[in-house]
Amino acid sequence: MTTLTSGMKRLAVFALAVVSTPFVAYAAGEAIHIDRQKWNFAGFSGRFDQNQLQRGFQVYKDACAQCHGISRVYFRNLVQPGGPVFNEDAVKGLAATYQIQDGPNDDGKMFKRPGRLSDRVPPPYANEQEARSVHNGAYPPDLSLITKARGVEYQGSLFAHPFHILKDMVGGYQEGGADYVYALLTGYAQAPADFKLADGMQYNKAFPGHQISMPPPLSEGAIKYQDGTPATVDQMARDVVAFLHWAGDPKQDERKRMGFLVLVYLGFTALLLYGAKRRIWAKAH
Amino acid sequence: MKEEADLAAQTEDATRRDFLVVAASAFAAVGGAATLWPLIQQMNPDASTQAMASTEIDVAPIKEGQAITVMWRGKPVFIRHRTKTEIDAAKSVDPSSLPDSSARNGALPESAPASDANRTKAGKEQWLVMVGICTHLGCIPKGQGLSDVKGDYNGWFCVCHGSHYDTAGRIRRGPAPRNLDVPAYSFLSDTMIKIG
Amino acid sequence: MAQHDSTYKPGSRLEHWMDERLPIMRMMHGQFVDFPTPRNLNYLWTFGGILSFCLAVQIVTGIVLAMHYIPTADMAFDSVERIRRDVNYGWLIRNVHAVGASMFFFAVYIHIARGLYYGSYKAPREVLWILGVLLFLLMMATGFLGYTLPWGQMSFWGVTVITNLFSSLDAIVPGLGTKIVTWLWGGFSVSSVTLNRFFSLHYLLPFVIAGVVVLHIWALHVVGQNNPTGLDIKTKADSVPMAPYAVMKDLFGLGVFVLLFAWFVFFAPDYLGHADNYVPANPLVTPPHIVPEWYFLPFYAILRAIPSKLGGVVAMFSAIVVLVFIPWLDTSRVRSARYRPLYKWFLWFFFFSVLALGYLGGKPAEGVYVAWAQFFTAYYFAFFLLIMPIVGVMETPSAMPRSIAESVLGGSGQPAGATSAPEKR
Repeated sequence: MTTLTSGMKRLAVFALAVVSTPFVAYAAGEAIHIDRQKWNFAGFSGRFDQNQLQRGFQVYKDACAQCHGISRVYFRNLVQPGGPVFNEDAVKGLAATYQIQDGPNDDGKMFKRPGRLSDRVPPPYANEQEARSVHNGAYPPDLSLITKARGVEYQGSLFAHPFHILKDMVGGYQEGGADYVYALLTGYAQAPADFKLADGMQYNKAFPGHQISMPPPLSEGAIKYQDGTPATVDQMARDVVAFLHWAGDPKQDERKRMGFLVLVYLGFTALLLYGAKRRIWAKAH
Repeated sequence: MKEEADLAAQTEDATRRDFLVVAASAFAAVGGAATLWPLIQQMNPDASTQAMASTEIDVAPIKEGQAITVMWRGKPVFIRHRTKTEIDAAKSVDPSSLPDSSARNGALPESAPASDANRTKAGKEQWLVMVGICTHLGCIPKGQGLSDVKGDYNGWFCVCHGSHYDTAGRIRRGPAPRNLDVPAYSFLSDTMIKIG
Repeated sequence: MAQHDSTYKPGSRLEHWMDERLPIMRMMHGQFVDFPTPRNLNYLWTFGGILSFCLAVQIVTGIVLAMHYIPTADMAFDSVERIRRDVNYGWLIRNVHAVGASMFFFAVYIHIARGLYYGSYKAPREVLWILGVLLFLLMMATGFLGYTLPWGQMSFWGVTVITNLFSSLDAIVPGLGTKIVTWLWGGFSVSSVTLNRFFSLHYLLPFVIAGVVVLHIWALHVVGQNNPTGLDIKTKADSVPMAPYAVMKDLFGLGVFVLLFAWFVFFAPDYLGHADNYVPANPLVTPPHIVPEWYFLPFYAILRAIPSKLGGVVAMFSAIVVLVFIPWLDTSRVRSARYRPLYKWFLWFFFFSVLALGYLGGKPAEGVYVAWAQFFTAYYFAFFLLIMPIVGVMETPSAMPRSIAESVLGGSGQPAGATSAPEKR
């Protein structure tokens, strides 16, 4: 027994020594810190701001749509509640400015017709190959799910990580992709002197590897907002990120609204169940 | 009394009956096993998949130092037009010193050493043709594009778990157990390759 | 215990009539109403009921999703997006199913940990335990198959990596592993064919699970529930009837669990998933970091901790198979770790190791992370193969109550030697 206890002590000391050795990460590439932004659609009570979504769509259309599609968004989505809720006639008009391939007609030919509410927002390229050939091999991804399809890696210390995870679960953190896209849009800068930038590439603080083939899409005052908001790069980036976040999760507001009611109901039910359980078990003691 | 007589008769019949029972059971068992066969076999690649088993590629447009990726049986195949330096680097290695000393060439036996000659065709050393799937866990190594990372041996580098391949597609460092597979292929003409 | 005196009294004439033909009401009453439950069960024992709930939720939401989902490589991703965007309440059902898988595993891990801590695997509950291990394996298979279906990048590459594990058999019989992998894929790579068959199997397995659950509950009701003291029920004072006592406690436990469940469904539906799975599957682009779902991470860490491919696969499967043998590896006379002063600490460190492996499984397999994963993998196996048998023999159990009733209603503890042989061998 004594030998075992002393053996265990030794093991404990060893374990402690091992555990207190600092972890060193050899992650491939340099870790990039992405700041968390304050989003009005984030968290328990966050909802989309209709005006911001409208501005965001304008930024998308003027600054992104030449190269990036949002092919999972239909024109009808733009008038639905929980989204930008544009005027229906305006969206019908917008849709009609696109030519959509349809058919075959009675003669067996494919034909073009003006877009309708039931059509998807047409992507700028027919397929990935066409997009790549236009962009020198680079592929501008579809943006319908971009804020869902990107995330932010944790950068802090190992020992704080479990608490960080817990905090994000309790806070319902879902905006890593939004934070990243915002950082990317505002992350263009002069490359450091010792950085080897390849031909036709731009330096970007947020992009993995810091070399991106997309030229800076936003510039001060490039857009004139219909509601008169000053079009700073920061403002445009925030608006377009909000719009893209909505495009990836158009049911968010409905989900959170229902979630609130469900939690209230379940909380109350749990309390009642606890009372009932106490009552019944009182007889057992 | 009658029942007893019957029982006696049954005992006399025992051998014949046993044989019948065994034979019937055996026949039924064979039938059961035979039924399983199609049920298992249907999972194997079907006729349309098998039909895609070979592909032909014209390699004339690939300039020296460039590489292309073609699809074959749903797998990417790397075809690299190697430079003189790359060929020399690959040839200078002693195959027995490699982590995997087998050529992994579909046209050669398993025991063929992993020399550069065994991974290419004689007289066509500039062409390296191999399946571009990391032998570790099936990722696609980087190194096809001119600006790609090519790893410490200037061949291919698998970013998933850090395997380095040399200019003959042989594993040099990292968790991958085998060299990249060279599929069975042949030159139909000077620049026409048939894989599969 | 299954043969306790049931108090079932058929009331109406219909019940009498039925009781003489198919006494199902009598069985249900005997097994789920007046079945004797230890009176000292804590809330960890509510997870059995919670797991049944999870299975039911997954089956119901899964059947509904299958009405909208299309299992082909071209359509799978789009059909999931259609469910999220266009199907009425599709976003809700899909979130419940996706989050439900995580909640299912969360609950099963607590359930297993409870069994380990209180020695619920020890005689006479070996078969009950082994059925549990089988259920765990089936759940893992179902979870893995299901994760393929959204056909995002992580789905595709996860399947590629995991099915490729079978090719490690080439190290034993050359060509065999590759043959098996081709057979699983139905082609020369993961493709639409693979997706379609995985969908079929993903639909089948939950019903197999349901069948094994019936056996699991049957086995439980033959030997009776374990409890925090690990003592057997000896007198009537040790137990309470299942209804309303245990049922009510289960319901409250379930109520709290569902609250947690709902939080994730409505406010953090993507937190437990991976961003890369919102990128449609692309066989030509490998994500830099292939990670399985969080609930597989401890086993993934074990897989990668071993430098040889075949060795890693063997270690990973052994990590689960070893659970089958622990009823015989644990040599202690006492069930509950509560009365095992030394073993208790080894067990807590084991729990910590599994969590640590889970953390490391999500990190790149490089440098220090591998060394750590090797350390915790070594402890994982040492715990079962060395510590369990050795500590069980050497350790002196601490003082135990004489009965379950005494542990609840008070009374002085006894030196362990006197009564610490609750196990009938």
